[in-house]
Amino acid sequence: MGLKILTEHINVPGIETLEVYRKHGGYKSVEKAVKTMTPEEVVEEVKTSGLRGRGGAGFPTGMKWSFLAKPEGVPRYLVCNADESEPGTFKDRWFMERNPHALIEGMITSSYALGAKTSYIYIRGELMFILRILEKAIAEAYAAGLLGKNILGSGYDLDLHVAPGGGAYICGEETALLESLEGKRGNPRNKPPFPAVKGLFASPTVVNNVETIASVPWIVNNTGAEYAKVGIGRSTGTKLISASGNINNPGVFEIELGVPVEEFIYSDEYCGGIWKGKQLKAVVPGGSSVPILPANLILKTAAGEGRLMSYESLSDGGFVSGSMMGSGAFIVFDEDQCIVRNTWNYSRFYHHESCGQCSPCREGTGWMEKVLHRIEYGHGHQQDIDLLVSVAKQIEGNTICPLGDAAAWPVAAAIRHFRDEFEWHIKHPKEATAPGAVYRGQLDTVTA
Amino acid sequence: MAETKNEVKFSDAAMADIQRYISHYPEGRQKSAILPILHIAQAEFGGWVSPEVMDEVARILDIQPIEVYEVATFYTMFNLKPVGKHVLEVCRTGPCCLRGADQLIETLKQKLNVEEGGTSADGLFTLKPVECLASCGTGPMLQVREKFYENLETEEQVDAFLDMMRKSEVETPYHQAAYSKK
Repeated sequence: MGLKILTEHINVPGIETLEVYRKHGGYKSVEKAVKTMTPEEVVEEVKTSGLRGRGGAGFPTGMKWSFLAKPEGVPRYLVCNADESEPGTFKDRWFMERNPHALIEGMITSSYALGAKTSYIYIRGELMFILRILEKAIAEAYAAGLLGKNILGSGYDLDLHVAPGGGAYICGEETALLESLEGKRGNPRNKPPFPAVKGLFASPTVVNNVETIASVPWIVNNTGAEYAKVGIGRSTGTKLISASGNINNPGVFEIELGVPVEEFIYSDEYCGGIWKGKQLKAVVPGGSSVPILPANLILKTAAGEGRLMSYESLSDGGFVSGSMMGSGAFIVFDEDQCIVRNTWNYSRFYHHESCGQCSPCREGTGWMEKVLHRIEYGHGHQQDIDLLVSVAKQIEGNTICPLGDAAAWPVAAAIRHFRDEFEWHIKHPKEATAPGAVYRGQLDTVTA
Repeated sequence: MAETKNEVKFSDAAMADIQRYISHYPEGRQKSAILPILHIAQAEFGGWVSPEVMDEVARILDIQPIEVYEVATFYTMFNLKPVGKHVLEVCRTGPCCLRGADQLIETLKQKLNVEEGGTSADGLFTLKPVECLASCGTGPMLQVREKFYENLETEEQVDAFLDMMRKSEVETPYHQAAYSKK
């Protein structure tokens, strides 16, 4: 059992109430920060901790905070991104549902560090039941003097509100989120200006993921230097992993960064191995946007070293033979899963979720979905594989926001590592479309 | 299916919640509250937002109706046509499919005798496949209003779920208006 920074008390009965949460050390970081530290000191601790954004990009949080512009007389905002929508990701919902005060504590301490007087938690509209849990906890925090005017007698004022989305994956992109929070369609903004200069209501704004913000109290309580000792290399601290797919124990696991991938998949402490005694075929280690890796490459890097659950190790080999940590959504495929069908499914997702602003994404995602659909349903042409690679290439890097890249990468990676399977579908449409048919030639093939 | 024409009036409880959401934003930024208000409106008026309802939302927020239409049509949660009593929002995305979401959708289509997006003849169910609902560890799953129904793996589980829904009344946070009038 590794160190539990986020989930130590998550199964304590009643932890969702202020009383029980405080009994287990809750809100200590607020007290410490507002009474004994300057905002700059809190920012310094977070910088020292090496904490990286847990939403997917992995950008150093302390650095993001230090970019925040501080013009006189202009309000600043902290916005929590609780728009968890990346396929495979469910850690934030799981966490907020069980321990809402942990997020609220993080919001107060982080808002203090940034000098925000009003902060928002933007939560995806489908999670209205979590919004109500959070609102209840916020009301308790107001009543206890932890929110509102003059928090704990420190002179610091903060209002915290929860805002629901309306069903749009794109609102997880921070500028689309801000548009949505202003009551508009979720169309991402051109950058610059960055939110740190011109964000919510044209004011300087920091947008952070739920898990990122929830990690701040521990850092403030125990120092950034202590946090930096946890994990491995530049992957400091712990990470919530959402494990799904064909495993025995799907769920959310808090790991110290650096756990071997093989242990994570097969140990009973985590995924508990592949279900029904089947073999591992592939893994998407960081949410649907990141490249899929065949079994051999997820377990070991191309150089033959055991792969670890860390930002660096998962991306070892670049996109040729590696992938990404992303949001920590670990999607496991057993030997009976069809990569073509899965890739088509993801393409449909991105086509559905493209906001339509940029032509390469709006049109390209539609093309990829269409071409993949015809391959999956037995009407593919030999040139379709190269067509897909070409469309993916033309989307990548040519859009305002990263949704284009997120749509292109899974297609490119599936073809890179499972080209045989696509070819089999095209050459043998009858066999490939038979019920339950799966291509099995790839399981032992090294494709890097 | 609620009759909304010419009588769009939010309940007092809903109106209070609307005002609370508006108060969360700075002066002159009341439009920010449009999404929570559309959710409230959908819960109040039979599970969908009609043009008349959207016009009323525009009036409350003191913005142009087109500003409400363009938002309501962008976000997938807002139903722009009448729906059945229970809208089954079934996750159809990759991780759930690894655990049988395609089969769940097929089973529901057969049992309710509907196509995707359609409403059953008895008006009880609308089948609405949706994208990832952040419940990948407990798939296949679906959502009805504010509740998740998870691990729907077998036909027996689906039958039990549908039986339960047939007997269940619609509960919303405001729980009045259109539903009880039906």
